Amino acid sequence: MKFTHDTIERKTGLLIALVIFVVSIGGLVEIVPLFFQKNLIEPVAGLKPYDPLRLVGRDIYVREGCYNCHSQMIRPFRAETERYGPYSVAGEFVYDRPFQWGSKRTGPDLARVGARYSDEWHRLHLDNPRAVVPDSNMPRYGFLDRPITGPSVSRRMKVLKTLGHPYTDEEIANAGAAIKDKTEMDALIAYLQGLGIQIKASKGQS
Amino acid sequence: MNDLLVSGFLAPGWGWYVAILTVLSLLACLWILRANSTKKADTSEAKLHGQNEWDGLREYDNPLPKWWSNLFYITVFFAFAYLLLYPGLIVTNGLLGWSTASLYRDEVREMKAETDPIFEAYSKQDVKTVSADKGALKIGARLFQTYCVQCHGTDMRGSKGFPNLVDNDWLYPGTPDGIKATILEGRNGMMPPFAGVLKPDQITDTAQYVLSLSGRSTVPAAVGRGEVTFKQICSACHGPDGKGNVALGAPNLTDDIWLYGGSLATIVETLNKGRQGQMPAQKDTLGEARVHLLAAYVYAQSQEQAQSQPQSNRAP
Repeated sequence: MKFTHDTIERKTGLLIALVIFVVSIGGLVEIVPLFFQKNLIEPVAGLKPYDPLRLVGRDIYVREGCYNCHSQMIRPFRAETERYGPYSVAGEFVYDRPFQWGSKRTGPDLARVGARYSDEWHRLHLDNPRAVVPDSNMPRYGFLDRPITGPSVSRRMKVLKTLGHPYTDEEIANAGAAIKDKTEMDALIAYLQGLGIQIKASKGQS
Repeated sequence: MNDLLVSGFLAPGWGWYVAILTVLSLLACLWILRANSTKKADTSEAKLHGQNEWDGLREYDNPLPKWWSNLFYITVFFAFAYLLLYPGLIVTNGLLGWSTASLYRDEVREMKAETDPIFEAYSKQDVKTVSADKGALKIGARLFQTYCVQCHGTDMRGSKGFPNLVDNDWLYPGTPDGIKATILEGRNGMMPPFAGVLKPDQITDTAQYVLSLSGRSTVPAAVGRGEVTFKQICSACHGPDGKGNVALGAPNLTDDIWLYGGSLATIVETLNKGRQGQMPAQKDTLGEARVHLLAAYVYAQSQEQAQSQPQSNRAP
């Protein structure tokens, strides 16, 4: 039997197999190699998995939907790097599951907000953004001044460890103590204060 | 930095994997295209595509229309040209040497060529000279509105916990170079909490004494008792006369200008809980050349506005 498209069209199984083969080429070329590209899978120098308090803070950031108004992705344009600092690179997000790049900036980008303001500024700003930025339209988050709840942080860390985050057993065992007596606001501020601090503008970006 | 993507893979073979698969699929497109566009049109019964006939419409195995197959040829050749010029095959950077990183670098280089001489010229002058330069102040104002207003406010008057920069009252040296040092290196104000050290009535007595320093004491009897505590403990930073110390960032308590508020309740709170003021260092984020201009701007504004409004409270 000749191998013509007449043959292919009459054998449904063969047709399906060939369609899958053709469609998969795109993914094999464009997606699969990404899992083996160093700058996408290796953390940037100095990046550590989230410590317990920051991990809790990150979950609060996700829960409150901060990503709806704040991106965490500085694009490689001069206008952006002037305002926010060096552009973001993939290695900064290897411990983000899921990443908080976002796609809309009602508020400013937060990828490098770490160490930009004092803790006290964040506290005042979260409690009432208008107290420090009079024309801000961000909602108030004063209610975060309450004890941390939700699943135990050691459990969250254990799950992340199975996904490859290098937590030690000791860190996991002491996680509960690390967030004892902390409020959700403490956790969120700790999370924000560590964002993007591994890459500094002064070191230059090539 | 090497822009060649293949150097970023765990194994160099990944580059060739991408290149070979890409070229092979392009060649496959060409082959299918040729196979389907070169045969002759034939409408005889024998060449009917199977026995397909519906309601008198017959399906023939005819070649693709010329205009359509030619468009397809063009897209395939476009792809080859594209892969030659741009780094699509991974194993080569492409003839244009294009990359998003190089685009960014070019953009920055162009702007630096324009702005660096301006910043450099100002960097050679001292802050005080720059603060008299109209052009420098214009740049300084823009920098301030971008990087400083979040805490110090668009009017430079700050808010509770964030210093007013134009009241000519300085926590740290208000000299041109002092301001520059503050912006470059940041400052960490540290008023320790006294809740565990002093008894509650000692705290209120001390607060009464602090009020009396600006002539506002409400319980004269407590002032004397508070003075004892003040001289023992507080004077270490705020000085025996309460006039503060810019070397430590200890505020002057006698001028009725308050960073956190000057009511009795607020002063008691300050004594109980302490205060941690923090000015983040800007050396890494802004660089020295810009900080130089910012310091000049802040100095100029503080001089100008302090003259027009000698008495202004930073936090009522």
